[in-house]
Amino acid sequence: MALLEVEDLRVEFPTRRGLLRALDGVSFQIEAGEILGVVGESGAGKSLTGAAIIGLLEPPGRIGAGQVRLNGERIDNLSPERMRRIRGKQIGAIFQDPLTTLNPLYSIGRQLTETMQTHMKLSDRDARERAIKWLEDVGIPAARERIEAYPHEFSGGMRQRVVIALALCAEPRLVIADEPTTALDVSIQAQIIALLKRITREHGTAVMLVTHDMGVIAETADHVAVMYAGRIAEIGPVRDVVRSPSHPYSEGLMGSIPSLVHRVDRLRQIDGAMPRLNAIPQGCAFNPRCPKVFDRCRQERPGLLPAGATRAACWLAEAGNG
Amino acid sequence: MFAFILSRLFQAVPVLLVVGAIAFTMFAYVGDPVTIMLGQDYTMAQREMLVHQLGLDQPFFVQYLNYLWAALHGNFGVSYRLARPVGALILERLPATIELSMTAAFLAVAVGVPLGVYTGIKRNSLGSRLIMIFSLIGVSLPTFLIGILLILFFAVLLGWLPSFGRGDVIRMAHWSTGFLTLSGLRSLILPAITLGLFQMTLIMRLVRAEMMEVLRSDYIKFARARGLTDRAINFGHALKNTLVPVITIIGLNIGGLIAFSIVTETVFQWPGMGLLLVQSIGVADIPVMSAYLQLIALLFVGINLVVDLLYYAVDPRLRLGKR
Amino acid sequence: MLARFFDSDFFYSFRRNPVAMVSAAVVFMIIVSAVFSPWLAPHNPFDLASLNLLDSFKPPFFQADGELSYPLGTDDQGRDVLSAIMYGTRISLTVGVLAIAFAMVVGIGLGLLAGYAGGAVDALLMRIVDVQLSFPAILIALLVDGIARAALPREFHDRIQLWVLVVAIGIAQWPQFARTVRGSTMVERGREYVMAARVIGIPSVRIMLSHILPNVLGPVLVIATLNLGLAVLSEATLSFLGVGLPPTQPSLGTLIRIGNDFLFSGEWWVTIFPGLTLAVMVLSINLLGDWLRDALNPRLR
Repeated sequence: MALLEVEDLRVEFPTRRGLLRALDGVSFQIEAGEILGVVGESGAGKSLTGAAIIGLLEPPGRIGAGQVRLNGERIDNLSPERMRRIRGKQIGAIFQDPLTTLNPLYSIGRQLTETMQTHMKLSDRDARERAIKWLEDVGIPAARERIEAYPHEFSGGMRQRVVIALALCAEPRLVIADEPTTALDVSIQAQIIALLKRITREHGTAVMLVTHDMGVIAETADHVAVMYAGRIAEIGPVRDVVRSPSHPYSEGLMGSIPSLVHRVDRLRQIDGAMPRLNAIPQGCAFNPRCPKVFDRCRQERPGLLPAGATRAACWLAEAGNG
Repeated sequence: MFAFILSRLFQAVPVLLVVGAIAFTMFAYVGDPVTIMLGQDYTMAQREMLVHQLGLDQPFFVQYLNYLWAALHGNFGVSYRLARPVGALILERLPATIELSMTAAFLAVAVGVPLGVYTGIKRNSLGSRLIMIFSLIGVSLPTFLIGILLILFFAVLLGWLPSFGRGDVIRMAHWSTGFLTLSGLRSLILPAITLGLFQMTLIMRLVRAEMMEVLRSDYIKFARARGLTDRAINFGHALKNTLVPVITIIGLNIGGLIAFSIVTETVFQWPGMGLLLVQSIGVADIPVMSAYLQLIALLFVGINLVVDLLYYAVDPRLRLGKR
Repeated sequence: MLARFFDSDFFYSFRRNPVAMVSAAVVFMIIVSAVFSPWLAPHNPFDLASLNLLDSFKPPFFQADGELSYPLGTDDQGRDVLSAIMYGTRISLTVGVLAIAFAMVVGIGLGLLAGYAGGAVDALLMRIVDVQLSFPAILIALLVDGIARAALPREFHDRIQLWVLVVAIGIAQWPQFARTVRGSTMVERGREYVMAARVIGIPSVRIMLSHILPNVLGPVLVIATLNLGLAVLSEATLSFLGVGLPPTQPSLGTLIRIGNDFLFSGEWWVTIFPGLTLAVMVLSINLLGDWLRDALNPRLR
């Protein structure tokens, strides 16, 4: 049994012109200790998937269908209070912008001890010692002296380290990292990813790493899910998706990564833009941009079909099998 | 800390000087104080003597400096209407206004902040909706109308509370207080509610708006993602972050309280500075008006300083002098 | 054009919001009854010949001695309260609208200037705005009114009191417009189209009026609506304090002030009905302004 199982998840927003399906038929699993990368353009539904899992969808957004199971137990229909006990304790979260995710009026030490003491029975002194330990662990220099410091006294990169400590300090089994490096300087991004990788390996924490940076995924993740217009386009082991993508969209995405190994004259790009949620075309959502489109793609929507080592939502995969 | 206070004081000086100049210009050039003070029949000699006494024959700057110097010593000239020194008049009326405004401010904060937090968190509950409707009515009802309605119900129809004056006061040196007698306290109830109601609804709506804004912020989402309890999030993380703007508005509104005490004092014939001002404006008693203007400016500068110090206590970002 | 308006999100949010629709209807009714009061009012409260002291202090029609010809009763002079309210609303609204118009013209002008010129002009104007905003509007209006009273000869002052009030209330309210317009102007000034217009040599004044102004009208409209309520209240407050409009030209505030004297002797209707009218009017204007602000602020949608 996988640590996290998401099955046929649908997230919808009631609007003036009817229900919008922001996520539809999303299914995947994360094994204990595994890193699942989730990639896609902005608006593909990556972050929404994370929010749905931890039960923090912004109203009026809601889960319309499907299930989320943690250790085999459903968590998508829990009471708010039971879901709260799961957040932080079972599933941690790391947000995009470290400049805005820390409360400016509380010292980082207080934010850490508060989080730990909410989920674990700890004396004030133990909590404080653990907080210092965590800060050292995520690489804050002079942690003992700086525990009373306020967020604005740290740089962006340092703050993201604090955020990581905060997400992991109650020892969750899974952490959802939503674009953890997007808001940071390029020079610091690699450090933060390396830290995340090291510290989750040490604690055996699984990671759902949401990003639009295929390069980060290729280096970090075990599996990868490629999302497009609220659906999963392709999912599979990361090397298979990177080396031999089966969905034309993944292929396009891989073409846009600069390679250090092979010299490529120019990076390819995918023409056009992702459709708006209220204007998803009939059939395969990718069909207007797909270089390999054929009639069936414009009529019927493909489900996830086995395609070599991966599974892809593409009629070509069926053709390949048949 | 000390440098911080000093710099704020330094910024306040130009404001006070400008307000002083406006007050002086009013005092010296609006209307003709000499004619007003002498009445109908006077001789040229009498007139010239008065002009000289008032220092009106000197150059503008000398007059201005004299005026400021005198004002610093509490000498604001003589009221045309009452023929008494304005400084003494205002000093007599000051305790009544301060006691009324402070009671109203206390009421407004003590009721407004909790209601604002409640309606900000339970945005769509029936209770919140009712409170919001009442608050809108509170904002739209003019202060004097609230006073009139309260008088109609509690003084005229029910006869429970007095409708005018301060009741019995106890004098202590320069201060007279209504807090220590039963009739003083009873007299305070209706005016304080009248004056405080508008500010209360304002504070409540502001706290609610700030609360809703803060609850949308990333750090509150992150606090939720860490599984903190609603209690810790709402009353710790969120409320503390709403405090900064709320303190400003409450500070500025104490100024509003004093301004609106003019209206409340008129409705309830409350013998404070506001009533004095209204009576003075009616007969164009300029010395009282210009003294009142300066006193208010001084009061506002003082309030702003207190507000800044409170900021300093709440927000650690200011303590380091950064941003 | 009209069809597009009815299909817009703006109109949709209006239709979806019963509070906005009701308050718009109330505001509309009050405006109509105020503008056409000489034709709609049952009596002419200014026609001294028609007043009869025998009719004085008649209670409203639902009380025992009430008459239907004076539905809301009469005052000490035998004047019909309903008619006085309709005429009074007309005067109150006139002062409010003119004061807002005055504040708007001054505020927009100085705001555009500050935002577009920047530098010392901007710093000076904004400093004035800051200082003035830290004083309550009613106090400013009161002092301007007091200065005018002292500076102008008595008879002249009484004759132009309405305009004095317009200016006093307008002066008290221009800073809000100036600040908003300045903010938007600074944003717009940095946009490419303004740069382009400058590069091709269009004079500054024309750039401001034809390019920047239309873009700041949304927020200005919201402030104007919200401040109209405030201006009407300011006028009523000044009149209530006895430094506003004289009894020969009674606004709602004047009526309330006059009626207040009879509160203790039981003739409550003389003051309560004008008071309620004022409250309902200001409440509706505020509700409409609140809705307008939310509808024009896309962030809250």
